[in-house]
Amino acid sequence: MFRYILKRLLALIPVLIGVSFFIFSLLALTPGDPANIVLGADADEAAIKIFRTEQGLDDPFLVRYARFVYRAVAHGDIGRSYATHRPVAAEIVTVFPTTVKLASLAVLTAVVIGIPFGIISAVKQYSVLDSVTMILAMVGVSMPNFWIGVLLILFFSVHLGWFPSSGFDTLSAMILPSVTLASNTLAIITRMTRSSMLEVIKSDYIRTARAKGQRESVVIWKHALGNALIPIITVVGIQFGHLLGGAILTESIFSVPGLGRLMVDGIKSRDYPVVQGGVLYIALMFALINLLVDLLYAWVDPRIRMRYR
Amino acid sequence: MAIVRKNSNLHLALIRLRRNRLALLGLAVLFVLVFTAVFADFIAPYDYAEQDLLESFEPPSRAHWFGTDEFGRDILSRVIYGGRISLQVGIVAVALALFIGGMLGAAAGYYGGRVDEVVMRVMDILISVPRILLSIAIAAVLGPGMLNLMIAIAIAATPAFARVIRGAVLSIIGNEYVEAARCMGATDTWIIVRHILPNCMGSIIVLTTLDVATAILAASSLSFLGLGIQPPYPEWGAMLSAARGYLRDDAYMTVFPGLAIMITIMSLNFLGDGLRDAFDPKQKR
Repeated sequence: MFRYILKRLLALIPVLIGVSFFIFSLLALTPGDPANIVLGADADEAAIKIFRTEQGLDDPFLVRYARFVYRAVAHGDIGRSYATHRPVAAEIVTVFPTTVKLASLAVLTAVVIGIPFGIISAVKQYSVLDSVTMILAMVGVSMPNFWIGVLLILFFSVHLGWFPSSGFDTLSAMILPSVTLASNTLAIITRMTRSSMLEVIKSDYIRTARAKGQRESVVIWKHALGNALIPIITVVGIQFGHLLGGAILTESIFSVPGLGRLMVDGIKSRDYPVVQGGVLYIALMFALINLLVDLLYAWVDPRIRMRYR
Repeated sequence: MAIVRKNSNLHLALIRLRRNRLALLGLAVLFVLVFTAVFADFIAPYDYAEQDLLESFEPPSRAHWFGTDEFGRDILSRVIYGGRISLQVGIVAVALALFIGGMLGAAAGYYGGRVDEVVMRVMDILISVPRILLSIAIAAVLGPGMLNLMIAIAIAATPAFARVIRGAVLSIIGNEYVEAARCMGATDTWIIVRHILPNCMGSIIVLTTLDVATAILAASSLSFLGLGIQPPYPEWGAMLSAARGYLRDDAYMTVFPGLAIMITIMSLNFLGDGLRDAFDPKQKR
């Protein structure tokens, strides 16, 4: 097991090099001189020249990239923000916990509501409840996140005044952003749970469990759910990773001071080191989550666990 | 696919699709959307940019069914023209992704070995960033505008196509008819185009349909953030973003662009799900 984890961690290295190269070259190709962004459009030539030499902007592209990688690996330094002049890594570490909290609350909401509804829908297939759940799930998949956010603000903040429409510091402020971010995932998890359960319920070992007189609740919640869980875990894991990216929209709707907002602000003020650092950071997290999901499989499924021995 | 032979897979799939009411509903709604988008110039009651400041913030009325926005522009007309933009971006971006991803995936699956290794590693790199974030990063670099928006969305969509088509090619390449064609001296291109692609048409059609939905959603998300279509062009996401400023008194402005996105995505999803069931009846849930 340990060797497997190590192997997977090593396999991350080329991917991260690839992503960093891709993002780095993307930003290097961007029109506009960083010197002008930092010093202003009417900065004088001499100042620009000094800035360019200081930042090593006149070096060839590959040299700049190599220096970036070296600093990132050796010192954890991924550049400084053009706007605040603080290290990007420090800025990200400051705001990232907020994004993780938002994404976790969203996944939690989606799992706690989605899995039970998916199961009931599957057990009572073709019932009214099943149809209603599936229609709602279809609506949930099709509604853009930001529209849900705007509508929630309209009803719960503007009209009812129950929850604040921005911020993320109190529990009541966390509710609307979490629900907004959860909505699509909730719908996806509900649909996935239903189809996964439907498949399992028809299998022979469920019939066996029923035939031996097992209580129906045990059959569903233990025998069936235990086996239906693998695809569900995959979806939850993938969704969690995507929520880190999707949080960008939610955070900018609700003014949540997270990584997404940091990046949107970075994009607007052309603060490219921040954007670059943010994308890299999320890619790293995304990869680690995928690894975690694979390890979770082994935990849930003894058949897979055997293979890692 | 000009030739639909009786009892061909495509023919059987179409028969099954015809029995799926939700898919047909989706298809019908899409027809209406495409129709209004194409003939927007004749259908829309006003021009999308026509301002009338005396009539700004009018709630829905007989003259303006969906009301007017902060510049007195007719929201119904803007929603109709917005459909033109969304469908255009969605379809072009996905077509681009299908073309590039398809060629890469087919090459990777067909030639295997080093080609496969290189292509799929590059795709792995693109997949390692959440899709919407990748689009946002690319759009931020390219700058606003419709073409850049299409490119940003297409690049982020490419790996999915490469993967699916590679998988499909791998599942077909071992079949005897491919070997037979090769023995008869068919070229690689001929084998891919004539024998392999038609046989993975099903999964390609399904993925393409569902992906147009994803692309339209991404386009409106980016425009909502101010990265895609710029004013005065009426993109649904951009319209919602502008309407946010008037939530307190003019909430109707947020309703219609959102509904338009939802209805478009939903019909594409219904059709895509229906197509999946039709092409792969064993998978039917």
